[in-house]
Amino acid sequence: MIDTMHQPLHRSNSRFQNHVATVIVWLMACLVSSVFIWLLGDILWHGIGQLSWSFLTEPPRNAGRAGGIGPIIVSTMLILTVCMAAALPLGVGTAVFLAEFTSLENLFGRMVRRSLDVLAGVPSIVFGLFGNAFFCIYLGMGFSILSGGLTLACMVLPILIRSTEEGLRSVPNEYRLGAAALGMSRTTTLIHLLLPAAMPGLIVGLVLGVGRAIAETAALIFTSGYVDRMPSSLMDSGRSLSIHIFDLSMNVAGGDPNAYASAVILIAMLIVINFVASWTANRWLHRRLFTI
Amino acid sequence: MNRSGDRNKAESKSCAASSDAQHDQGAFTVSPLQAGPPCCVPEPLICVEGLSLDYGSKRVLEDVSLTINRGCITALIGPSGCGKTSFLSSLNRLTDLVPSCHIEGSIKIGPLDVRSSSTDVTALRLQVGMISQKPNPFPLSIRRNIELPLREQGMRDRRQRNEVVESVLYDTGLWDEVKDRLDAPALSLSGGQQQRLCIARALALRPQVLLLDEPCSALDPIATEVVEKLITGFGGHLTVVVVTHNLAQARRISDYAAFFWMKNGTGQLVEYGPSNQIFEAPQDALTDAYINGKSG
Repeated sequence: MIDTMHQPLHRSNSRFQNHVATVIVWLMACLVSSVFIWLLGDILWHGIGQLSWSFLTEPPRNAGRAGGIGPIIVSTMLILTVCMAAALPLGVGTAVFLAEFTSLENLFGRMVRRSLDVLAGVPSIVFGLFGNAFFCIYLGMGFSILSGGLTLACMVLPILIRSTEEGLRSVPNEYRLGAAALGMSRTTTLIHLLLPAAMPGLIVGLVLGVGRAIAETAALIFTSGYVDRMPSSLMDSGRSLSIHIFDLSMNVAGGDPNAYASAVILIAMLIVINFVASWTANRWLHRRLFTI
Repeated sequence: MNRSGDRNKAESKSCAASSDAQHDQGAFTVSPLQAGPPCCVPEPLICVEGLSLDYGSKRVLEDVSLTINRGCITALIGPSGCGKTSFLSSLNRLTDLVPSCHIEGSIKIGPLDVRSSSTDVTALRLQVGMISQKPNPFPLSIRRNIELPLREQGMRDRRQRNEVVESVLYDTGLWDEVKDRLDAPALSLSGGQQQRLCIARALALRPQVLLLDEPCSALDPIATEVVEKLITGFGGHLTVVVVTHNLAQARRISDYAAFFWMKNGTGQLVEYGPSNQIFEAPQDALTDAYINGKSG
Protein backbone atom coordinates (compact mmCIF):
# COMPACT_ATOMS: atom_id res chain seq x y z
CA MET A 1 0.00 0.00 0.00
CA ILE A 2 1.22 3.46 -0.87
CA ASP A 3 1.72 5.69 2.09
CA THR A 4 0.57 8.96 0.56
CA MET A 5 1.12 10.97 3.72
CA HIS A 6 4.85 10.57 3.42
CA GLN A 7 5.09 11.31 -0.29
CA PRO A 8 6.75 14.73 -0.62
CA LEU A 9 4.60 17.23 -2.49
CA HIS A 10 7.59 19.09 -3.93
CA ARG A 11 10.68 17.41 -5.17
CA SER A 12 13.15 20.14 -5.99
CA ASN A 13 15.28 17.74 -7.97
CA SER A 14 12.60 16.90 -10.53
CA ARG A 15 11.56 20.56 -10.77
CA PHE A 16 15.09 21.51 -11.67
CA GLN A 17 15.16 18.79 -14.31
CA ASN A 18 11.93 20.11 -15.78
CA HIS A 19 13.35 23.61 -16.02
CA VAL A 20 16.50 22.40 -17.73
CA ALA A 21 14.49 20.34 -20.20
CA THR A 22 12.24 23.29 -21.02
CA VAL A 23 15.19 25.58 -21.60
CA ILE A 24 16.94 23.04 -23.83
CA VAL A 25 13.86 22.41 -25.94
CA TRP A 26 13.27 26.14 -26.38
CA LEU A 27 16.90 26.68 -27.33
CA MET A 28 16.72 23.98 -29.99
CA ALA A 29 13.58 25.44 -31.51
CA CYS A 30 15.04 28.95 -31.52
CA LEU A 31 18.26 27.72 -33.10
CA VAL A 32 16.40 25.97 -35.91
CA SER A 33 14.14 28.90 -36.66
CA SER A 34 17.01 31.38 -36.47
CA VAL A 35 18.88 29.45 -39.15
CA PHE A 36 15.83 29.70 -41.39
CA ILE A 37 15.30 33.38 -40.64
CA TRP A 38 18.96 34.18 -41.17
CA LEU A 39 18.95 32.38 -44.51
CA LEU A 40 15.77 34.10 -45.69
CA GLY A 41 16.93 37.47 -44.38
CA ASP A 42 20.28 37.15 -46.12
CA ILE A 43 18.64 36.37 -49.45
CA LEU A 44 16.11 39.16 -49.11
CA TRP A 45 18.75 41.68 -47.92
CA HIS A 46 20.99 41.05 -50.90
CA GLY A 47 18.37 40.26 -53.49
CA ILE A 48 15.42 42.53 -53.03
CA GLY A 49 17.28 45.62 -54.26
CA GLN A 50 17.76 44.17 -57.76
CA LEU A 51 14.10 43.30 -58.25
CA SER A 52 12.16 45.25 -60.81
CA TRP A 53 9.66 44.58 -63.52
CA SER A 54 12.39 44.57 -66.15
CA PHE A 55 14.37 42.01 -64.13
CA LEU A 56 11.39 39.66 -64.37
CA THR A 57 10.84 40.13 -68.10
CA GLU A 58 14.17 40.87 -69.78
CA PRO A 59 16.59 38.21 -71.03
CA PRO A 60 19.93 37.94 -69.20
CA ARG A 61 22.85 39.93 -70.62
CA ASN A 62 26.59 39.62 -70.10
CA ALA A 63 26.28 35.98 -68.88
CA GLY A 64 23.62 36.99 -66.38
CA ARG A 65 25.50 39.83 -64.67
CA ALA A 66 23.07 42.28 -66.19
CA GLY A 67 19.58 42.03 -67.62
CA GLY A 68 16.81 39.92 -66.19
CA ILE A 69 15.61 36.35 -65.93
CA GLY A 70 12.49 36.36 -68.17
CA PRO A 71 13.37 33.30 -70.30
CA ILE A 72 14.57 31.45 -67.22
CA ILE A 73 11.24 31.87 -65.44
CA VAL A 74 9.46 30.64 -68.58
CA SER A 75 11.76 27.59 -68.85
CA THR A 76 11.27 26.79 -65.16
CA MET A 77 7.51 26.92 -65.49
CA LEU A 78 7.61 24.75 -68.61
CA ILE A 79 9.79 22.14 -66.92
CA LEU A 80 7.47 22.10 -63.92
CA THR A 81 4.41 21.75 -66.17
CA VAL A 82 5.92 18.81 -68.04
CA CYS A 83 6.95 17.23 -64.74
CA MET A 84 3.49 17.51 -63.19
CA ALA A 85 1.64 16.52 -66.36
CA ALA A 86 3.64 13.28 -66.38
CA ALA A 87 3.79 12.65 -62.64
CA LEU A 88 0.19 13.36 -61.61
CA PRO A 89 -1.66 10.71 -63.65
CA LEU A 90 1.06 8.11 -63.07
CA GLY A 91 1.29 8.91 -59.39
CA VAL A 92 -2.42 8.98 -58.64
CA GLY A 93 -2.94 5.79 -60.67
CA THR A 94 -0.22 3.93 -58.80
CA ALA A 95 -1.44 5.25 -55.46
CA VAL A 96 -4.98 4.05 -56.21
CA PHE A 97 -3.58 0.66 -57.17
CA LEU A 98 -1.56 0.43 -53.96
CA ALA A 99 -4.26 1.67 -51.61
CA GLU A 100 -7.45 0.26 -53.13
CA PHE A 101 -6.51 -2.78 -55.17
CA THR A 102 -3.84 -4.44 -53.06
CA SER A 103 -3.69 -5.17 -49.37
CA LEU A 104 -0.74 -4.07 -47.26
CA GLU A 105 0.56 -7.66 -47.22
CA ASN A 106 0.29 -8.22 -50.96
CA LEU A 107 3.70 -9.25 -52.35
CA PHE A 108 3.58 -7.15 -55.51
CA GLY A 109 2.29 -4.13 -53.59
CA ARG A 110 5.09 -4.52 -51.07
CA MET A 111 7.65 -4.71 -53.86
CA VAL A 112 6.29 -1.54 -55.49
CA ARG A 113 6.29 0.26 -52.14
CA ARG A 114 9.83 -0.84 -51.32
CA SER A 115 11.16 0.24 -54.71
CA LEU A 116 9.47 3.61 -54.33
CA ASP A 117 11.15 4.09 -50.96
CA VAL A 118 14.51 3.30 -52.51
CA LEU A 119 13.76 5.61 -55.41
CA ALA A 120 12.88 8.42 -53.00
CA GLY A 121 16.34 8.16 -51.46
CA VAL A 122 18.32 8.11 -54.72
CA PRO A 123 20.55 11.21 -55.08
CA SER A 124 19.37 13.61 -57.73
CA ILE A 125 22.63 13.43 -59.64
CA VAL A 126 21.84 9.77 -60.32
CA PHE A 127 18.45 10.75 -61.67
CA GLY A 128 20.28 13.28 -63.85
CA LEU A 129 22.56 10.60 -65.30
CA PHE A 130 19.60 8.27 -65.85
CA GLY A 131 17.61 11.04 -67.52
CA ASN A 132 20.52 11.91 -69.72
CA ALA A 133 21.08 8.31 -70.77
CA PHE A 134 17.41 7.42 -71.21
CA PHE A 135 15.48 10.52 -72.29
CA CYS A 136 18.23 12.60 -73.95
CA ILE A 137 20.20 9.87 -75.70
CA TYR A 138 18.14 6.66 -75.89
CA LEU A 139 14.79 8.33 -76.68
CA GLY A 140 16.60 11.02 -78.68
CA MET A 141 15.03 14.01 -76.96
CA GLY A 142 18.39 15.72 -76.55
CA PHE A 143 18.97 18.47 -74.01
CA SER A 144 15.41 19.72 -73.81
CA ILE A 145 12.76 20.95 -71.45
CA LEU A 146 10.88 17.73 -72.18
CA SER A 147 13.71 15.46 -71.00
CA GLY A 148 14.26 17.70 -67.96
CA GLY A 149 10.58 17.63 -67.00
CA LEU A 150 10.33 13.87 -67.43
CA THR A 151 13.45 13.28 -65.35
CA LEU A 152 11.99 15.44 -62.62
CA ALA A 153 8.73 13.47 -62.87
CA CYS A 154 10.68 10.28 -62.07
CA MET A 155 12.14 12.03 -59.04
CA VAL A 156 8.83 13.40 -57.81
CA LEU A 157 6.82 10.19 -58.30
CA PRO A 158 7.81 8.41 -55.05
CA ILE A 159 6.79 11.37 -52.86
CA LEU A 160 3.56 11.89 -54.77
CA ILE A 161 2.58 8.22 -54.72
CA ARG A 162 3.32 7.63 -51.06
CA SER A 163 1.47 10.67 -49.79
CA THR A 164 -1.55 10.05 -52.05
CA GLU A 165 -1.59 6.44 -50.89
CA GLU A 166 -1.51 7.56 -47.27
CA GLY A 167 -4.34 9.97 -48.06
CA LEU A 168 -6.44 7.19 -49.56
CA ARG A 169 -5.71 4.81 -46.70
CA SER A 170 -6.81 7.40 -44.16
CA VAL A 171 -10.28 7.63 -45.72
CA PRO A 172 -12.61 5.83 -43.28
CA ASN A 173 -13.63 2.36 -44.44
CA GLU A 174 -17.26 3.23 -43.68
CA TYR A 175 -17.41 5.22 -46.91
CA ARG A 176 -16.37 2.16 -48.91
CA LEU A 177 -18.82 -0.11 -47.08
CA GLY A 178 -21.60 2.45 -47.31
CA ALA A 179 -21.03 2.96 -51.00
CA ALA A 180 -20.93 -0.79 -51.63
CA ALA A 181 -24.15 -1.25 -49.67
CA LEU A 182 -25.77 1.32 -51.95
CA GLY A 183 -24.78 -0.65 -55.03
CA MET A 184 -22.18 1.88 -56.15
CA SER A 185 -19.36 0.68 -58.35
CA ARG A 186 -15.75 0.88 -57.33
CA THR A 187 -15.02 3.52 -59.95
CA THR A 188 -17.82 5.82 -58.81
CA THR A 189 -16.80 5.38 -55.20
CA LEU A 190 -13.23 6.23 -56.09
CA ILE A 191 -14.00 9.30 -58.19
CA HIS A 192 -16.80 10.78 -56.13
CA LEU A 193 -15.84 9.80 -52.59
CA LEU A 194 -12.35 8.46 -52.05
CA LEU A 195 -10.26 10.80 -54.21
CA PRO A 196 -11.93 13.99 -52.93
CA ALA A 197 -11.49 12.71 -49.39
CA ALA A 198 -7.84 11.87 -50.11
CA MET A 199 -7.24 15.29 -51.63
CA PRO A 200 -5.31 16.68 -48.64
CA GLY A 201 -2.77 13.86 -48.95
CA LEU A 202 -2.47 14.40 -52.67
CA ILE A 203 -1.91 18.13 -52.19
CA VAL A 204 0.81 17.51 -49.62
CA GLY A 205 2.53 15.18 -52.08
CA LEU A 206 2.12 17.68 -54.88
CA VAL A 207 3.53 20.55 -52.86
CA LEU A 208 6.49 18.50 -51.64
CA GLY A 209 7.06 17.25 -55.18
CA VAL A 210 6.95 20.71 -56.71
CA GLY A 211 9.28 21.89 -53.99
CA ARG A 212 11.75 19.17 -54.82
CA ALA A 213 11.41 19.72 -58.56
CA ILE A 214 11.77 23.50 -58.50
CA ALA A 215 14.85 23.29 -56.31
CA GLU A 216 16.52 20.71 -58.49
CA THR A 217 19.85 21.52 -60.07
CA ALA A 218 21.90 18.40 -60.49
CA ALA A 219 19.31 16.37 -62.39
CA LEU A 220 18.59 19.23 -64.77
CA ILE A 221 22.16 20.09 -65.74
CA PHE A 222 22.34 16.79 -67.60
CA THR A 223 18.87 16.87 -69.09
CA SER A 224 17.38 20.29 -69.76
CA GLY A 225 20.70 22.01 -70.22
CA TYR A 226 22.15 25.44 -69.77
CA VAL A 227 20.82 27.60 -72.57
CA ASP A 228 19.40 30.87 -71.27
CA ARG A 229 17.48 31.90 -74.40
CA MET A 230 13.69 32.03 -74.46
CA PRO A 231 12.55 28.49 -75.34
CA SER A 232 10.40 28.25 -78.46
CA SER A 233 9.22 24.69 -77.87
CA LEU A 234 9.45 21.85 -75.37
CA MET A 235 12.26 20.37 -77.44
CA ASP A 236 14.44 23.43 -76.79
CA SER A 237 17.00 23.45 -74.08
CA GLY A 238 16.06 25.71 -71.18
CA ARG A 239 17.78 26.87 -68.03
CA SER A 240 15.87 26.55 -64.79
CA LEU A 241 16.07 29.10 -61.99
CA SER A 242 18.12 26.90 -59.70
CA ILE A 243 20.68 26.22 -62.45
CA HIS A 244 20.81 29.96 -63.14
CA ILE A 245 21.56 30.63 -59.48
CA PHE A 246 24.21 27.92 -59.43
CA ASP A 247 25.82 29.26 -62.60
CA LEU A 248 25.81 32.89 -61.49
CA SER A 249 27.31 32.19 -58.10
CA MET A 250 29.86 29.57 -59.18
CA ASN A 251 30.93 30.36 -62.73
CA VAL A 252 30.28 34.06 -63.26
CA ALA A 253 32.40 36.55 -61.38
CA GLY A 254 30.22 39.46 -60.30
CA GLY A 255 27.01 37.49 -60.73
CA ASP A 256 26.16 37.36 -57.05
CA PRO A 257 23.62 40.24 -56.91
CA ASN A 258 21.55 38.70 -59.68
CA ALA A 259 21.95 35.24 -58.11
CA TYR A 260 20.41 36.61 -54.91
CA ALA A 261 17.61 38.27 -56.83
CA SER A 262 16.88 34.99 -58.65
CA ALA A 263 16.80 33.19 -55.32
CA VAL A 264 14.17 35.65 -54.08
CA ILE A 265 12.09 34.89 -57.17
CA LEU A 266 12.57 31.13 -56.67
CA ILE A 267 11.33 31.30 -53.09
CA ALA A 268 8.45 33.56 -54.08
CA MET A 269 7.46 31.10 -56.81
CA LEU A 270 7.52 28.24 -54.34
CA ILE A 271 5.26 30.11 -51.94
CA VAL A 272 2.86 31.11 -54.71
CA ILE A 273 2.66 27.54 -56.05
CA ASN A 274 1.96 26.15 -52.57
CA PHE A 275 -0.73 28.72 -52.05
CA VAL A 276 -2.36 28.17 -55.43
CA ALA A 277 -2.29 24.38 -54.99
CA SER A 278 -4.06 24.41 -51.65
CA TRP A 279 -6.49 27.08 -52.81
CA THR A 280 -7.51 25.21 -55.96
CA ALA A 281 -7.81 21.99 -54.00
CA ASN A 282 -10.14 23.67 -51.55
CA ARG A 283 -12.17 25.17 -54.36
CA TRP A 284 -12.33 21.83 -56.11
CA LEU A 285 -13.35 20.06 -52.95
CA HIS A 286 -15.94 22.71 -52.29
CA ARG A 287 -17.45 22.29 -55.74
CA ARG A 288 -17.45 18.51 -55.38
CA LEU A 289 -19.18 18.79 -52.04
CA PHE A 290 -21.89 21.22 -52.86
CA THR A 291 -22.88 20.72 -56.45
CA ILE A 292 -23.55 17.74 -58.59
CA MET B 1 -42.26 -21.97 -35.99
CA ASN B 2 -45.38 -22.00 -33.89
CA ARG B 3 -47.47 -18.92 -33.68
CA SER B 4 -49.06 -18.57 -30.31
CA GLY B 5 -52.56 -17.25 -29.76
CA ASP B 6 -51.67 -14.00 -28.08
CA ARG B 7 -49.93 -12.69 -31.14
CA ASN B 8 -53.07 -10.77 -31.93
CA LYS B 9 -51.69 -7.61 -30.39
CA ALA B 10 -48.61 -7.64 -32.54
CA GLU B 11 -50.66 -8.58 -35.54
CA SER B 12 -53.06 -5.74 -35.15
CA LYS B 13 -50.13 -3.38 -34.74
CA SER B 14 -48.43 -4.36 -37.93
CA CYS B 15 -51.66 -4.59 -39.83
CA ALA B 16 -52.52 -1.09 -38.73
CA ALA B 17 -49.11 0.03 -39.88
CA SER B 18 -49.67 -1.44 -43.30
CA SER B 19 -53.12 0.08 -43.72
CA ASP B 20 -51.68 3.45 -42.69
CA ALA B 21 -49.13 2.94 -45.34
CA GLN B 22 -51.76 2.44 -47.98
CA HIS B 23 -53.07 5.91 -47.24
CA ASP B 24 -49.85 7.72 -48.00
CA GLN B 25 -48.78 5.59 -50.89
CA GLY B 26 -48.43 8.79 -52.86
CA ALA B 27 -45.50 9.84 -50.73
CA PHE B 28 -43.82 6.49 -50.42
CA THR B 29 -44.09 4.85 -53.79
CA VAL B 30 -44.17 1.14 -53.29
CA SER B 31 -43.17 -0.97 -56.22
CA PRO B 32 -45.14 -4.20 -56.72
CA LEU B 33 -42.16 -6.16 -55.44
CA GLN B 34 -42.05 -4.27 -52.18
CA ALA B 35 -45.71 -4.49 -51.34
CA GLY B 36 -45.71 -7.91 -49.81
CA PRO B 37 -48.55 -9.17 -47.73
CA PRO B 38 -48.68 -7.81 -44.19
CA CYS B 39 -46.96 -10.06 -41.76
CA CYS B 40 -50.16 -11.42 -40.30
CA VAL B 41 -49.86 -13.94 -43.10
CA PRO B 42 -46.28 -15.16 -42.85
CA GLU B 43 -44.69 -15.64 -46.22
CA PRO B 44 -41.04 -16.68 -46.18
CA LEU B 45 -38.76 -14.31 -48.06
CA ILE B 46 -35.26 -14.90 -46.76
CA CYS B 47 -34.31 -18.52 -46.17
CA VAL B 48 -30.99 -19.12 -44.49
CA GLU B 49 -29.87 -22.70 -44.07
CA GLY B 50 -26.83 -24.06 -42.28
CA LEU B 51 -24.97 -20.76 -42.44
CA SER B 52 -21.47 -20.84 -40.97
CA LEU B 53 -19.12 -17.92 -41.18
CA ASP B 54 -15.39 -17.70 -40.46
CA TYR B 55 -12.97 -14.80 -40.37
CA GLY B 56 -9.65 -16.45 -41.15
CA SER B 57 -9.48 -19.36 -38.75
CA LYS B 58 -11.94 -17.89 -36.28
CA ARG B 59 -15.45 -19.26 -36.56
CA VAL B 60 -17.98 -16.53 -35.85
CA LEU B 61 -21.26 -18.19 -36.74
CA GLU B 62 -22.11 -21.86 -36.65
CA ASP B 63 -24.96 -23.55 -38.46
CA VAL B 64 -27.60 -20.83 -38.43
CA SER B 65 -30.92 -21.67 -40.06
CA LEU B 66 -33.58 -19.02 -40.12
CA THR B 67 -36.58 -18.05 -42.24
CA ILE B 68 -37.45 -14.38 -42.34
CA ASN B 69 -40.95 -13.43 -43.40
CA ARG B 70 -41.84 -10.87 -46.02
CA GLY B 71 -43.04 -7.53 -44.75
CA CYS B 72 -42.15 -8.30 -41.13
CA ILE B 73 -39.72 -6.68 -38.76
CA THR B 74 -37.32 -9.26 -37.41
CA ALA B 75 -35.05 -8.32 -34.53
CA LEU B 76 -31.73 -10.07 -33.92
CA ILE B 77 -30.81 -9.91 -30.26
CA GLY B 78 -27.93 -11.26 -28.23
CA PRO B 79 -24.66 -10.15 -26.67
CA SER B 80 -21.88 -8.40 -28.61
CA GLY B 81 -19.57 -10.59 -30.65
CA CYS B 82 -21.99 -13.41 -31.30
CA GLY B 83 -22.13 -12.79 -35.03
CA LYS B 84 -25.33 -10.79 -35.49
CA THR B 85 -23.68 -8.16 -37.64
CA SER B 86 -21.81 -10.79 -39.63
CA PHE B 87 -25.09 -12.57 -40.22
CA LEU B 88 -26.62 -9.33 -41.42
CA SER B 89 -23.83 -8.45 -43.79
CA SER B 90 -23.79 -11.93 -45.26
CA LEU B 91 -27.37 -11.30 -46.45
CA ASN B 92 -26.26 -8.64 -48.93
CA ARG B 93 -22.78 -10.06 -49.40
CA LEU B 94 -21.07 -7.11 -47.84
CA THR B 95 -18.89 -9.82 -46.32
CA ASP B 96 -17.28 -10.04 -49.78
CA LEU B 97 -15.36 -6.91 -48.86
CA VAL B 98 -13.64 -8.71 -46.01
CA PRO B 99 -10.92 -10.76 -47.71
CA SER B 100 -10.54 -13.32 -44.92
CA CYS B 101 -14.26 -14.03 -44.63
CA HIS B 102 -15.46 -17.47 -45.57
CA ILE B 103 -19.09 -18.56 -45.67
CA GLU B 104 -20.79 -21.94 -45.88
CA GLY B 105 -24.46 -22.78 -46.17
CA SER B 106 -27.20 -21.37 -48.32
CA ILE B 107 -28.94 -18.01 -48.32
CA LYS B 108 -31.94 -17.47 -50.53
CA ILE B 109 -33.89 -14.25 -50.88
CA GLY B 110 -37.07 -15.12 -52.72
CA PRO B 111 -35.96 -17.17 -55.71
CA LEU B 112 -32.51 -15.59 -55.71
CA ASP B 113 -29.53 -17.58 -54.49
CA VAL B 114 -27.43 -14.95 -52.71
CA ARG B 115 -24.26 -16.98 -52.54
CA SER B 116 -24.23 -18.14 -56.15
CA SER B 117 -21.31 -16.77 -58.13
CA SER B 118 -23.65 -15.78 -60.95
CA THR B 119 -25.59 -13.42 -58.66
CA ASP B 120 -25.15 -9.79 -59.59
CA VAL B 121 -23.91 -8.35 -56.31
CA THR B 122 -24.85 -4.79 -57.21
CA ALA B 123 -28.41 -5.80 -58.06
CA LEU B 124 -28.56 -7.76 -54.81
CA ARG B 125 -27.42 -4.79 -52.76
CA LEU B 126 -29.94 -2.56 -54.47
CA GLN B 127 -32.67 -4.97 -53.35
CA VAL B 128 -31.21 -5.48 -49.91
CA GLY B 129 -30.29 -2.15 -48.38
CA MET B 130 -28.16 -1.84 -45.27
CA ILE B 131 -27.86 0.80 -42.57
CA SER B 132 -24.77 0.70 -40.43
CA GLN B 133 -24.42 1.19 -36.72
CA LYS B 134 -22.64 4.51 -36.94
CA PRO B 135 -24.37 6.97 -39.27
CA ASN B 136 -22.14 7.12 -42.34
CA PRO B 137 -23.35 9.85 -44.65
CA PHE B 138 -20.79 10.69 -47.31
CA PRO B 139 -18.94 13.99 -46.88
CA LEU B 140 -21.15 15.52 -49.55
CA SER B 141 -24.23 17.70 -49.49
CA ILE B 142 -27.51 16.29 -48.18
CA ARG B 143 -29.00 16.22 -51.66
CA ARG B 144 -25.94 14.65 -53.23
CA ASN B 145 -25.87 11.88 -50.64
CA ILE B 146 -29.18 10.66 -52.03
CA GLU B 147 -28.50 11.56 -55.64
CA LEU B 148 -25.17 9.87 -56.04
CA PRO B 149 -26.45 6.26 -55.85
CA LEU B 150 -29.42 7.24 -58.03
CA ARG B 151 -27.17 8.67 -60.70
CA GLU B 152 -25.15 5.50 -60.52
CA GLN B 153 -28.34 3.62 -61.39
CA GLY B 154 -28.70 5.76 -64.47
CA MET B 155 -31.26 8.28 -63.28
CA ARG B 156 -30.01 11.19 -65.39
CA ASP B 157 -33.05 13.42 -65.21
CA ARG B 158 -32.52 16.02 -62.54
CA ARG B 159 -36.23 16.64 -62.02
CA GLN B 160 -36.89 12.97 -61.50
CA ARG B 161 -34.01 12.79 -58.99
CA ASN B 162 -35.33 15.81 -57.13
CA GLU B 163 -38.71 14.10 -56.80
CA VAL B 164 -37.10 11.02 -55.31
CA VAL B 165 -34.99 13.12 -52.95
CA GLU B 166 -38.05 14.97 -51.76
CA SER B 167 -40.15 11.86 -51.33
CA VAL B 168 -37.57 9.87 -49.36
CA LEU B 169 -36.73 12.83 -47.17
CA TYR B 170 -40.44 13.25 -46.58
CA ASP B 171 -40.80 9.58 -45.68
CA THR B 172 -38.00 9.76 -43.17
CA GLY B 173 -39.44 12.92 -41.64
CA LEU B 174 -36.40 14.94 -42.63
CA TRP B 175 -38.02 17.08 -45.29
CA ASP B 176 -39.27 19.82 -43.00
CA GLU B 177 -35.98 19.88 -41.15
CA VAL B 178 -33.69 20.15 -44.18
CA LYS B 179 -35.76 21.46 -47.08
CA ASP B 180 -34.11 24.87 -46.90
CA ARG B 181 -30.59 23.53 -46.77
CA LEU B 182 -30.42 20.58 -49.11
CA ASP B 183 -27.03 21.76 -50.31
CA ALA B 184 -25.54 21.99 -46.84
CA PRO B 185 -22.99 19.33 -45.93
CA ALA B 186 -24.61 16.15 -44.63
CA LEU B 187 -22.06 16.02 -41.83
CA SER B 188 -23.53 19.22 -40.38
CA LEU B 189 -26.69 17.31 -39.45
CA SER B 190 -27.21 15.91 -35.98
CA GLY B 191 -26.56 12.21 -35.35
CA GLY B 192 -30.22 11.25 -35.54
CA GLN B 193 -30.73 13.26 -38.70
CA GLN B 194 -27.63 11.68 -40.24
CA GLN B 195 -28.98 8.22 -39.51
CA ARG B 196 -32.34 9.13 -41.04
CA LEU B 197 -30.51 10.51 -44.06
CA CYS B 198 -28.74 7.16 -44.42
CA ILE B 199 -32.11 5.42 -44.25
CA ALA B 200 -33.51 7.86 -46.82
CA ARG B 201 -30.52 7.18 -49.06
CA ALA B 202 -31.19 3.47 -48.89
CA LEU B 203 -34.93 3.92 -49.44
CA ALA B 204 -34.29 5.97 -52.58
CA LEU B 205 -33.11 2.77 -54.25
CA ARG B 206 -36.43 1.10 -53.38
CA PRO B 207 -35.07 -1.99 -51.67
CA GLN B 208 -37.22 -4.99 -50.80
CA VAL B 209 -35.27 -5.75 -47.69
CA LEU B 210 -33.67 -3.33 -45.26
CA LEU B 211 -30.95 -4.53 -42.91
CA LEU B 212 -30.32 -2.28 -39.91
CA ASP B 213 -27.28 -2.85 -37.75
CA GLU B 214 -28.00 -1.29 -34.35
CA PRO B 215 -29.40 1.81 -36.03
CA CYS B 216 -30.03 3.61 -32.76
CA SER B 217 -26.96 2.72 -30.74
CA ALA B 218 -25.26 6.06 -31.47
CA LEU B 219 -28.39 8.15 -30.95
CA ASP B 220 -29.98 9.88 -27.99
CA PRO B 221 -33.40 8.70 -26.73
CA ILE B 222 -35.40 11.27 -28.69
CA ALA B 223 -33.64 10.57 -31.97
CA THR B 224 -34.01 6.87 -31.18
CA GLU B 225 -37.74 7.28 -30.83
CA VAL B 226 -37.96 9.01 -34.21
CA VAL B 227 -35.93 6.30 -35.94
CA GLU B 228 -37.91 3.61 -34.16
CA LYS B 229 -41.18 5.08 -35.39
CA LEU B 230 -39.72 5.16 -38.86
CA ILE B 231 -38.78 1.49 -38.68
CA THR B 232 -42.18 0.49 -37.33
CA GLY B 233 -43.71 2.32 -40.29
CA PHE B 234 -41.85 -0.01 -42.65
CA GLY B 235 -43.91 -2.99 -41.43
CA GLY B 236 -45.86 -4.32 -44.37
CA HIS B 237 -43.82 -2.34 -46.92
CA LEU B 238 -40.40 -3.71 -46.42
CA THR B 239 -38.85 -6.76 -44.93
CA VAL B 240 -36.75 -5.39 -42.09
CA VAL B 241 -34.02 -7.19 -40.20
CA VAL B 242 -32.72 -5.16 -37.30
CA VAL B 243 -29.88 -5.92 -34.93
CA THR B 244 -30.36 -4.30 -31.56
CA HIS B 245 -28.91 -4.48 -28.09
CA ASN B 246 -31.86 -2.68 -26.68
CA LEU B 247 -34.28 -5.42 -25.60
CA ALA B 248 -37.07 -2.98 -24.89
CA GLN B 249 -36.65 -1.64 -28.39
CA ALA B 250 -36.70 -5.12 -29.90
CA ARG B 251 -39.87 -5.87 -28.00
CA ARG B 252 -41.50 -2.62 -29.16
CA ILE B 253 -40.73 -2.76 -32.85
CA SER B 254 -40.32 -6.37 -33.89
CA ASP B 255 -42.78 -8.98 -35.14
CA TYR B 256 -40.23 -11.77 -34.88
CA ALA B 257 -37.10 -12.07 -32.82
CA ALA B 258 -34.03 -14.26 -33.12
CA PHE B 259 -31.79 -14.77 -30.14
CA PHE B 260 -28.06 -15.40 -30.77
CA TRP B 261 -25.66 -16.61 -28.10
CA MET B 262 -22.00 -17.58 -27.86
CA LYS B 263 -21.54 -21.30 -27.42
CA ASN B 264 -17.96 -22.56 -27.21
CA GLY B 265 -16.68 -19.31 -28.65
CA THR B 266 -18.87 -19.26 -31.74
CA GLY B 267 -22.16 -17.51 -32.27
CA GLN B 268 -25.25 -19.68 -32.65
CA LEU B 269 -28.92 -19.14 -33.09
CA VAL B 270 -30.63 -20.25 -29.90
CA GLU B 271 -34.22 -19.39 -30.44
CA TYR B 272 -36.34 -17.83 -33.12
CA GLY B 273 -40.03 -17.07 -33.12
CA PRO B 274 -42.71 -14.42 -32.87
CA SER B 275 -41.58 -11.58 -30.62
CA ASN B 276 -44.22 -11.97 -27.98
CA GLN B 277 -43.31 -15.62 -27.61
CA ILE B 278 -39.59 -14.85 -27.34
CA PHE B 279 -40.12 -12.05 -24.87
CA GLU B 280 -42.95 -13.45 -22.82
CA ALA B 281 -42.65 -17.22 -22.97
CA PRO B 282 -39.15 -18.14 -24.18
CA GLN B 283 -38.68 -21.86 -24.77
CA ASP B 284 -34.96 -21.93 -24.13
CA ALA B 285 -33.44 -21.40 -20.68
CA LEU B 286 -30.67 -19.23 -22.20
CA THR B 287 -33.18 -16.93 -23.85
CA ASP B 288 -35.11 -16.68 -20.63
CA ALA B 289 -31.97 -15.76 -18.70
CA TYR B 290 -30.94 -13.14 -21.28
CA ILE B 291 -34.36 -11.55 -21.68
CA ASN B 292 -34.86 -11.28 -17.96
CA GLY B 293 -31.42 -9.90 -17.32
CA LYS B 294 -30.00 -12.91 -15.55
CA SER B 295 -27.10 -13.28 -17.99
CA GLY B 296 -25.43 -11.44 -20.86
